[in-house]
Amino acid sequence: MSSALLYALAGVSLFTLGLYALIVHAHLLRKILAINVMGSGVFLVLVALGGRTTGAEPDPVPHAMVITGIVVAISATALALALVLRVQAATGRAELPEEPLE
Amino acid sequence: MRQIPWEVMLIMLPLTGAMACFFWPRRAITLGLITALGVVVCVAGLGWRVLEQGAQRYAVGGWNAPLGIDLYADGLSLLMLMVTAVVGLGISVYSIGYFERRQAAHFWPLWLFLWTALNALFLSADIFNLYVTLELLGLAAVALVALAGGANALTAAMRYLLVSLLASLCYLLGVALLYHNFGSVDIAILAQRVELSPAVWAAMGLMSAGLLLKSALFPLHFWLPPAHASAPAPVSALLSALVVKASFYILLRLWLEIFPPAGAAPGQLFGVLGSAAVLWGGIQALRQTRLKLLIAYSTVAQLGYLFLAFPLASSVAWKGSLYLLLSHALAKAAMFMAAGNILRFCGHDRIVGLDRVAQRLPVTMTAFALAGVSIIGLPPSGGFIGKWMLLEAALRAGQWWWVIILILGGLLAGAYVFKVIGYAFTRAGVLRQTSRVPMTMEWAALAMALAALLLGLVALWPLSLMEIGLPFGGGDAG
Repeated sequence: MSSALLYALAGVSLFTLGLYALIVHAHLLRKILAINVMGSGVFLVLVALGGRTTGAEPDPVPHAMVITGIVVAISATALALALVLRVQAATGRAELPEEPLE
Repeated sequence: MRQIPWEVMLIMLPLTGAMACFFWPRRAITLGLITALGVVVCVAGLGWRVLEQGAQRYAVGGWNAPLGIDLYADGLSLLMLMVTAVVGLGISVYSIGYFERRQAAHFWPLWLFLWTALNALFLSADIFNLYVTLELLGLAAVALVALAGGANALTAAMRYLLVSLLASLCYLLGVALLYHNFGSVDIAILAQRVELSPAVWAAMGLMSAGLLLKSALFPLHFWLPPAHASAPAPVSALLSALVVKASFYILLRLWLEIFPPAGAAPGQLFGVLGSAAVLWGGIQALRQTRLKLLIAYSTVAQLGYLFLAFPLASSVAWKGSLYLLLSHALAKAAMFMAAGNILRFCGHDRIVGLDRVAQRLPVTMTAFALAGVSIIGLPPSGGFIGKWMLLEAALRAGQWWWVIILILGGLLAGAYVFKVIGYAFTRAGVLRQTSRVPMTMEWAALAMALAALLLGLVALWPLSLMEIGLPFGGGDAG
């Protein structure tokens, strides 16, 4: 097994782990962290497979994609954190209610 | 003579407008309206060129596909841009009366960012660019839902954001797999190179799952009703009319160009889920006691119809589905605007409490009823043409069971639309305190509803636009 494939599989495991955490944890901060872990997993897959496609010289395109992806992830996390603060201020809890409020 | 790059202007103009509105909040409404008119002009300019010269491909900065970013406009993109421009203009006018000055300063930058994302999405020629625009769209949409404030809107926005991020990441993982296998993210290049392998199946599964979640196909629709019902009325109109259609558009593109070798089985699954959405959404809409929730569940049902084209996979079916998409965008914008007017007028949106709204807000109720005609799919309306084409495609393919869904869905839609209209005509003993609704809000709603009807009368023109660049394959090989 090549090291690139190993990294890619690690990326997929991170993605799955994040997905699991996103579903089981109720606290919104944990959910946001879970999404970030999933994102890192995808970035790891992109970089690892980029190293494999062209042999000796790594392919720069996936790296450009990862940089774009990181920018997107940071903005999304910032928005999510701001929303968590507002949700906590409005409902008193940093969790989503099970049933929609009336 | 150098040609004007309408494609780039369609993205740069709303982006610049959004930033201008952000920096000069006092002038937000004026700046926003000028931008909205400018975007309409750009769409017209691009439309003219596409009509004259056929599908357009534009390499941004002169860098071609493998290295640079390409923008691509064919009949399908053009129609999406056009419906966005028409609904966008209507919502811009509507929002003048809806928001007070302080809220307008928040609404305009976000709405123009959303418009930027939509235009960029419909012009993207590669799957990675689609990911970026999808995220921009999601972030702007979430912020707009949160604009209403209050616990309901904030929790709905939070849930929407989490769902949206999860869906985008699934899509991005699919992009990574496709890029790794075929060395390109350009849709046209991928279409030539794609061969079925386990990695492609995985990519297809991940991308479809993400996009279905964003398009709120049953049973992944759980986030939609609260988000669409708790947002301010112009935002609900935007979300239901345009935002959910964007992810459907990506799915349609992928399905038409990259994944045709996958065969019929996934298409059948989409059809079954779409049918379930039509029935479940209709029944839920009928059970709602609040007008905005009823309309939101109606969106769930109407989105289901769009997916009935996947099992049929013929040119007529795709065009019918696209036609339904266009007319639903106009009709649903009209419905949410009308609901916003009623909410402003009565101070609530409980359906049983709509005492004599029909007499006191005649323009709004006309808009609601006309939009209802298109949602139910009665002639002459855009909804009728779309359903008729789907019906024809189903009969031609010998898959008659989809026809039953089309008819049942129409009956359910009729039931929930008439439920609202019926209560609007009832005579209540005590007239409650009401507040005035600005004229612009009433007429904007009516204009959208009339546009949805008009789509049923001028069907040939949009249908001939769909042929440009042959996004649905050649001819009518049913």
